[in-house]
Formats: sequence, C-alpha cells, structure tokens
Amino acid sequence: MTEQTASKSAAAIDRARDAGRSALVCYLPAGYPDVQATIDAGIAMAKNGADLIEIGIPYSDPVMDGPVIQAATTEAIANGFRVESVFDVVAGITAATDVAVLVMTYWNPVVRMGVDEFSRRLAEAGGAGLITPDLIPDEASEWFAASDKYGLDRVFLVAPSSTPERLAMTVKASRGFVYAVSIMGVTGTRQAVSSSAEKLVADTHAAGAERVCVGLGVSNASHVREIAAYADGVIVGTALVAAIRDGGVPAVADLTRDLSAGLVREEA
Amino acid sequence: MVDALSENADNNAADAFLQGGSLKHAPGPYFGGYGGRWMPESLIAALDELEDTFEKAKADPEFLAQLSDLNKNYSGRPSLLTEAKRFSEHAGGARIFLKREDLNHTGSHKINNVLGQALLAKRMGKTRVIAETGAGQHGVASATAAALLGLECVVYMGAEDCRRQALNVARMQLLGATVVPVVNGSQTLKDAINDALRDWVSNVDNTHYLLGTAAGAHPFPAMVRFFHEVIGEEARAQILEQTGKLPDAVCACIGGGSNAIGIFHGFLDDPSVKIYGFEAGGDGVDTGRHAATITLGKPGVLHGARSYLMQDDDGQTIESHSISAGLDYPGVGPEHAYLADIGRVTYEPITDSEAMDAFKLLCRTEGIIPAIESSHALAGAIKVGKRLTEGSADPSETVIVVNLSGRGDKDVETAAEWFDMLDEEGKVKGTNLSTRKPKGPADRAETEAVPATAAPAASAADNNEDQN
Repeated sequence: MTEQTASKSAAAIDRARDAGRSALVCYLPAGYPDVQATIDAGIAMAKNGADLIEIGIPYSDPVMDGPVIQAATTEAIANGFRVESVFDVVAGITAATDVAVLVMTYWNPVVRMGVDEFSRRLAEAGGAGLITPDLIPDEASEWFAASDKYGLDRVFLVAPSSTPERLAMTVKASRGFVYAVSIMGVTGTRQAVSSSAEKLVADTHAAGAERVCVGLGVSNASHVREIAAYADGVIVGTALVAAIRDGGVPAVADLTRDLSAGLVREEA
Repeated sequence: MVDALSENADNNAADAFLQGGSLKHAPGPYFGGYGGRWMPESLIAALDELEDTFEKAKADPEFLAQLSDLNKNYSGRPSLLTEAKRFSEHAGGARIFLKREDLNHTGSHKINNVLGQALLAKRMGKTRVIAETGAGQHGVASATAAALLGLECVVYMGAEDCRRQALNVARMQLLGATVVPVVNGSQTLKDAINDALRDWVSNVDNTHYLLGTAAGAHPFPAMVRFFHEVIGEEARAQILEQTGKLPDAVCACIGGGSNAIGIFHGFLDDPSVKIYGFEAGGDGVDTGRHAATITLGKPGVLHGARSYLMQDDDGQTIESHSISAGLDYPGVGPEHAYLADIGRVTYEPITDSEAMDAFKLLCRTEGIIPAIESSHALAGAIKVGKRLTEGSADPSETVIVVNLSGRGDKDVETAAEWFDMLDEEGKVKGTNLSTRKPKGPADRAETEAVPATAAPAASAADNNEDQN
C-alpha cells in the first residue's frame, strides 16, 4: 500500500491494534432519515466503540446493496437528500469525535461533482477518504491524482473471486485499508459469516496489505468475534441501518456497544 | 486520464476515419473516453472469463458455424430488405428500404444477440442465464434461447411492466422462464438491470448475465454489437444488389442501441453514407419527459460503462419516458456516445407523437405493423428523406435504409389507446373485445414468480418484506 500520505484510516486501525483488538467500522447512509440524525448517530457510534465510520451517499442505482440499505437510501433521496450534504455529515462527526470518517459512494455522484472538487471538499470537511464499491483501480486514474493531492485514503474492494494478480494490483492501489467482501453477494444481514472471508483476508495480507477489513453480512457480536480473530477490522452496515430505522439513534448506540464487545481478540 | 484519453482518441479516430481508416471493429473496452468497466470487483473475474470466451469463440470456425446455422435455420436469416414504395411517397420521394428484423423468430433483432450469448454461456459451462427486460422483448428472446439450449432462465422485469405486459410475462413462463417482478427503486428497466446485477454477483459461478443491449461493462458493448453485425452486413449486400449502389442514409432507433449498432456496423466505413440514430423524444425534449440520452444527457457512469446518461446535478439517474418501452432507458451504449462525439453518426430525438404517426403510416401504406421502437426510425427516415431530397430534380435517386427492428404485435394495445380506438372499459369501440388482460395473469406472475433457485428467491422475498 502506498503510505506517503499519513492515513487517518490506518492510524485508527493501528490504535485499535495497539489496544489488542480489531477495529470496528460502522456504516450508515447520509440523510436517513435526515442529515442531523446521521450526524447524531455517527457521534453515538464513535462514543460506543466505532473506530472508523463509513457514511454512504444515497444513490439511485446501488447495485451492491441489498433491500434494507436500498430502502433507506431510496427514502433519503425521496426526502430531498443532496450529495453535498455528505460533507456536512462528515464535518459534524469529525468536529465532535476523533474517529476516522470515510465516505462510501458509488462513482457517478463523484464524477458529476468533479473528482477533484469532491475530493477537495471531503478533505476540507475532515474526511479520511473514500470507499468505492463500483470503482476498480483500473478505472481510477483521476481518483489516484485527487486522493494524492488531498491526502485521502483510497479503499478499494477485493472479493473471493479476485485473482492473485488482481489482489496484488488492488492492494498496491489502496491506501488506509483494503475492504474484503466476505461473500459473493450484496449487502444484507446473514445467518453466518462465509468461510471464504478468512482465506480472502489471508490472501490479501499475503499480497502485501497491512490492513484488511471484512464487510458484507456482518450483523452481530458473534460475527464480529469470529472475524476479529483474523481481520484488522470488521465492517457492519445493514444491521445498523435496520437499527436506526427501527429504534433511531439510541438503538444505533446500543448495537454499536454490543458489536464492540466482540472485538477483543481472545487469543491475542 | 479519461478525458485526456477521450480527446486524443477522438482526434485520432476522426483523423483515421478521414484518412480511410476503420471504425467498424472497435474492440473496446474503450470507445474514445467511453466504455470501460465501472463494476464491482466481485464481477471482474466473470467479465474477464466472458471476454476470454468471446474472443476465442470469435476465432473458432466451429462456433461461427454453429451461430450461423442457428441464424439461418432457427431465426430465419437473412432477413429481407423490402422497398417501401407507398411509404416513400411521404418522405420527399426518396426510396426507402426496410431491413426486416421484424420477420426474425420472436419478432425482433433481439434473437441475434441472445443466441450468441447463450452459446457462450454453454461454452463457459454455465447452466443458468439471467436477463433484464422492459416491455418483455429481450426477456422473451432470452427465454427462447434458454429453452432451445437447455439453460435455466430467470428474467427481471419491473413490477409495473409486468402488469402492463402480462402477455409477455405469460410468454416467458410458457417458454419455461421464471419472471421476477422488480419492486424496488423506480420499478423500471434500469432497476431490473440493477436486480439482475445483484443476482449475478451472488450466483456468478453457474450464471451468465445475458444483457440485452450494446451497453454495460466491457465486453458487453463490443460483444452485443458483434452478434448484431449480421444486420448491417446483410443490409449492405442487399441494398447493393437491389439498387446497385450504397444508400445515401441509414436510420435506426436508439434505446441502449443494439439494433442500431448492428446496422450501422455495415456502413460505418462508407464515408458517403450518412448515419442517423433516433432517440425517444417522449413528450418533447423540452418537457423533461423523454429518453433522449445523447441529445440532452451528460457523460457519467451507469451499469458498468461511461457514456451519456440522463442524470441530475447530483449524478442521480433521472427516469426516462417514452411511449416505447424498448427505448425507455436513461443510458446509451458507449460506442454510440463515441460515434456522436466524433460526428460520424447524427443523433436526433423523435417524439411519441411523430413516432405514432409513422407507425400508422407504415400500417396503412405497406401492410406492416412496426414496433413502436422501430417507428422512431421510420419517423426519422421521413425527416431525413425530405431533407436529402429538397431541391432535387429526381428524389428517387436518394436511397435510405431503415432498420425495422421489430414487429408491432406487442404494441397493439398501446396503439389502440393512442389512436382512441378504445372505450372507457378498454374495449375496442363498437365491439365487445377487451384489450385489457384479465387481472389474473399479472397477479399470478407476481406470486408464482418466486423462483426455485436460492438467490433470486431470497431477493424476491426480501423485496416483499420491504414492501410490506
């Protein structure tokens, strides 16, 4: 991984590592149910054990998301969410906490604003970088330039289907951490964590990644405990979206606290 | 880099074309600055496998013989080139020839692509194909190819479209396919593509995504074009045989752009031939209710490719509108975006009203009921014919080839409504015949559509949960 710029995400993961545990990465979409609620929920997640926070940009065509996140982001857009509000969310959370805040976004909203302009505003808001579910390094030359210019993390995804060549290329292109999708599928809660995740993390480490976080289908403390045994970070999304949908900010705080209980590496 | 690449490539391509170079066989992944693979990493291995299989198949005489045999003995190719003499009188007297893709098995050009891709699916050892469909034409074609080749077939279709096109839902089911109504997002074609992609990422081991148009991530645009190139190759030979010369213009309708790129292919390297693509202008391009993607869209990325896109200031996809479900898509194939930028092809909008006038005119003058999609090309040909013959001493010297991409049987209800042939209950005036299907089939489609396979079943179940 390229590390010439100080990475906020890497620092957050390393702080957790120094404390003998994996990092907890918590996702919520911006503007669901409204922008202030996302800020409040982000702060609540930070205070209850989240080391990194991912703020999603609601998008009209979220092909990597399952029904729960789709429903939330569709509602956010229907409620009038505008892309530039994501910078208010990031600024609101970073002003009140010291977590690393990343933005997760499908690529077209960034293209529309302009990759440089988007990056500049994200950095100004105190953001750590971007997670890009439909942007592969092969197509990311503009994003390489902008992320270097503004010191932002580039979190690309690897999948169980990634070839060794693509793993190596993606690891090299990433900064902060590499996002390992645990299974072939879309976001959503699942009964069990796929066994393919552990192998993928090992392969990604072997390809040179210092930090690998696992996402997709992680929804409870038991899943977190299982993944924390081998990954540098654990990413939870859909379960938190369901929590804010059903119980608002207090439910998000409670779930984050539960999830963080699974982080400590018993064998470490 | 993309923009720089685009600019350089555009200049190079335009220069190359002017110097007698070729535009016909653009291999992808990039067409100028368009195309590419804006896709989740999870699907990249499948795209690589598909590209590899396609490249090998293209060079394999056995594959080409198999495809050509199916085209001839199953689809009924070559399709005819019919001179539309009475219709031509309304186009300034230019001679108009129709490339009769409506006469293919299943009634449109769609069969060319599905047979090719289904053969590739077999070559990759996949046992299941999935497809998206708007009005149902590509879904029916996919179900047809799957039945022919013994593949399982699941078709994603917007729930609203399922209700409107109950007959096509039934056709797909008769052919053994499972139809999954898509109830999330805007419940239209683009959401059907989203759900098909979600299925693909979950089942990629045994599943091929049989995309229906020349859009999407590489290798789809170049591959879908390849399977439709036969349209242009036949049309070029036929027009030379019938008129002894190349046409002055070639016209096609554009949604995603597969029938168009197929016929354009035959003429792209003939500089004397003007090429026109007609987009769906809906209620009019100044109303906001249209699908004129190249005319009014801006470059962006959707469904795997960089191309023109109907989007708002935030990059959110805008819903398109057209009387023709087959053109009702807010994106367009990347090769068309490129051909527009370098000026080789002229893209213009045709309104619903202009298309329906041409629809009626072809019915009355030639005894052919065209698809409403193809009617956009017919309306465009009338305009082009008048333009090219203006001030001409002998307008019949002007020759225009129109791709009649499909037949209009599926559009009878829409046309009857448009031309005020129905009473308030949906019955054909003066008869007791209802054009509206009983509620049963559509509703049954929704409940019976829950397929046997695991992932789509989960998806459909989840969707239902969300709806409740």
